[in-house]
Amino acid sequence: MKLNFAKANIDFLGQRRIALGVSLVLIVASLLLLGFRGLNFGIDFTGGTLIEVGYPEGVELEEVRNQLEAGGFGRATVQYFGTSRDVLIRLAPREGENTAELSEEVLDVLRSGGPAGVELRRVEFVGPQVGEELREQGGLAMIYALIGILIYVALRFEWRFSVGAVAALVHDVIITLGIFSLFWLEFDLSVLAAVLAVIGYSLNDTIVVYDRIRENFRKLRKQGAEQVMNLSVNETLARTIITGVTTLLVLLALYLLGGAVIQNFALALIIGIVVGTYSSIYVAAAVALVMGVDRSVMLPVKKEGAELDERP
Amino acid sequence: MNQYPYWKYLLIVVVMLVGVIYSLPNLYPEDPVVQVANSATDVVDADTRLQIQAVLEGRGVEVKSAEFDGAQFMLRFNSADDQLLAADILRTALPGNHVVGLNLAPATPGWLRAINARPMSLGLDLRGGVHFLMEVDMDAVADNIYERYTSEFRTQLRDASIRYLSVERDADGVHARFADAGSRDEALRVLRREYRGDLDFRTTQSGEVFRLSGTVTSDYLSAQRRLALQQNITTLRNRVDELGVAEPVIQQQGEDRIVVQLPGVQDTARAKEILGATATLEFRLVDESNDPFTAAETGRSPANSRLYFERDGTPVLLQRQVMLTGDFINDASSGIAQDSGSPAVFINLDAQGARIFSRVTGENVGRLMGVVFIETSTETVEEDGELIRRTTRTEEVINVARIQEQLGRRFQITGLESTREARNLALLLRAGALAAPMSIVEERTVGPSLGRDNIERGFASVAIGFVLVLIFMALYYRVFGLVANAALTLNLVLIVAILSMLQATLTLPGIAGIVLTVGMAVDANVLIFERIREELRNGNSPQAAIKSGYDRAFSTIADANITTLIAALVLFMFGTGPIKGFAVTLSIGILVSMFTAIVVTRAIINLTYGRQRRLKTLAI
Repeated sequence: MKLNFAKANIDFLGQRRIALGVSLVLIVASLLLLGFRGLNFGIDFTGGTLIEVGYPEGVELEEVRNQLEAGGFGRATVQYFGTSRDVLIRLAPREGENTAELSEEVLDVLRSGGPAGVELRRVEFVGPQVGEELREQGGLAMIYALIGILIYVALRFEWRFSVGAVAALVHDVIITLGIFSLFWLEFDLSVLAAVLAVIGYSLNDTIVVYDRIRENFRKLRKQGAEQVMNLSVNETLARTIITGVTTLLVLLALYLLGGAVIQNFALALIIGIVVGTYSSIYVAAAVALVMGVDRSVMLPVKKEGAELDERP
Repeated sequence: MNQYPYWKYLLIVVVMLVGVIYSLPNLYPEDPVVQVANSATDVVDADTRLQIQAVLEGRGVEVKSAEFDGAQFMLRFNSADDQLLAADILRTALPGNHVVGLNLAPATPGWLRAINARPMSLGLDLRGGVHFLMEVDMDAVADNIYERYTSEFRTQLRDASIRYLSVERDADGVHARFADAGSRDEALRVLRREYRGDLDFRTTQSGEVFRLSGTVTSDYLSAQRRLALQQNITTLRNRVDELGVAEPVIQQQGEDRIVVQLPGVQDTARAKEILGATATLEFRLVDESNDPFTAAETGRSPANSRLYFERDGTPVLLQRQVMLTGDFINDASSGIAQDSGSPAVFINLDAQGARIFSRVTGENVGRLMGVVFIETSTETVEEDGELIRRTTRTEEVINVARIQEQLGRRFQITGLESTREARNLALLLRAGALAAPMSIVEERTVGPSLGRDNIERGFASVAIGFVLVLIFMALYYRVFGLVANAALTLNLVLIVAILSMLQATLTLPGIAGIVLTVGMAVDANVLIFERIREELRNGNSPQAAIKSGYDRAFSTIADANITTLIAALVLFMFGTGPIKGFAVTLSIGILVSMFTAIVVTRAIINLTYGRQRRLKTLAI
């Protein structure tokens, strides 16, 4: 099997205005969504109680809802989780309530009538202050990851590349979050972890392209910056797509077979990797070009790069 | 020519062997076990061990094997049903000071255990269990300090014959009032000498009243807070031990929080009851000269008595003066009272407590004594958008009895509702009081069926994802694809081996990390192979193409992996529990994949093609 990437000669950089335009529209749309609609934060971030129960047979949600209402939990949100035998019950934190004991009370209500054989699958209770801290820490983690990467790329390449790489990452993160907001998918700790993993992955992609750009600047002395970049993106296109495919293969397996708990995590990664692959082809190099990267700015780091290439 | 020196091949073989051996224990299933411990003597004696086996045999429960490690007795069973049945039987058959715990124990063969090869431990989300995050109420620490100093001030002043009007405390400190400046200054001298470093003193005057206020210093307060946290951790550890949970985790997190993880515990209600509550006893004489019913009706009790209620609601008047507090209790166990056959708690006092108690009971033989059970539990509730802590203090008289004789070190308390309550009370008394109240601020419980599902699904997704990648690589890169697949397989084996060696806990996000690594591990090979194809297109000979393909791809691979490591590192630093697990497996995966994808594939390629001088084509 051999796809014909070898002869690929697509004018990616020539389309940079369209590509950057599309990205800009997507980013603005995502920001608007995040600003006005926000994210569907899970209880990790909002605080509250989540109870997953399993029944031996499928149950009607209405039945569970009525039962809870009769037990004084009318405000609970009830939904299926994966199958019709698994039911997820959510309770937002409420004033003057001993949240730590809520789960037991809900279970008592469910056991005291309704479909037989109800079984506790999972309880998650997060106190409101813990939720607030996790939100804060999550935001900080994202910012620190970006700063760390910014510094590393600036050291290994040049600050203009650094800006391009971080622009591509911010692009990926915002659009991924935007899609989560658009489809109102639950954003919990595991999704946050996925977004951070996307940062790592997308950067991986971008670095590979930059590496080739640097090499080609050294090799092809007569060509202009845009040509060199175009050639580099085309030369690495095979690798970008193949790695994307293999990663998506395992993520698809995780999404379809990993169970409901892990589904949003896998989905965030899938979205992030598709967006990340696009951004390493269209955005990262284009931003570096717009920032004014050419052969002259690459000269200072030439020696360091050459040294590294000598290694086995 | 592409050749590695022999030591490199040797290194790879050694790494491979170590990887295979240390990942082996994970292939053996776990046995359901019942652990029996003796909380009183710490050792399950030989008679009891024989008794256990006889009882189980009598009831027809098949024991797979039994092990005794010098303290605990561990019984392995063939199925979880047998295990649960056996635990139920043993809980009723054994005396009250025995703790019966359920667990899973790896069935690792002896030769693997001998070289310290153990399976990965499974996280709570995979095996089921409870995770609590508890917060210590640090305001209560200052309160407790002031409460102690209030009584100490009085004693100090009395001992130094200084006349004072009153000693009181509030949230800001302890305040003593005096009628003249001389007494106050004398008091300041005495108290300052006694509490240098602990308290800051301040004097004020309003009219004819001279005040001396003591405020705790910030150094002393933070030292006390640390101490309180430590004491709470110790207390929690004792209590968890009493619950009979195997491999519990109790750790400090931050300045005022404690993480408690109890694998396998299903009865969260009981776990919370035991972890959250503090209980103590007080022994007081009954005020027999006044009528408790009148006091209950009028709501007014005589000057030196307090009104209490028994469990059935009967009012009792007890003297304000406490005979003995629960602080002197050394040990407590539950059982059945010999005379009445009702549930009882047997109490052992320490030497000082025994001295006090034998004196006060000796002086009061023939009088009635009440035992007050005091339970404190704290919870955080939200009120008007503010988080406040509410402490509920329940005081009830559990037993009133006539003092028949002088009581000593050891005596019993009856009047409890059930054997279960007797057990709980004994447990709480034994495990000591908490230094400061705590509340649960986070809970994650995973039921056993979900745990099983998570393992199965996690395993299935790793397997399917892995196979998909193998097929794709073989189709796309042919012989080189097969080489990459060999490396990928070794990569997986090594990750498992390293996680097992580190005794890391495998969680569902950890499995996700492994899956993601599998997808990304081939990246290095894709980079190398694409380079080799490119070199071939540029007209290089196959041998030269292999060499420069590997050489040129290296810096790219290193750069790409280091940046991913940065992201993983940040995840590790900021993440809690499960996120950390994901970060750990991702980092290990990245490092291992650098080795397998570069060194191992090169070795195989060298062995396959390296010696062929006239190599014309590569199957890539």
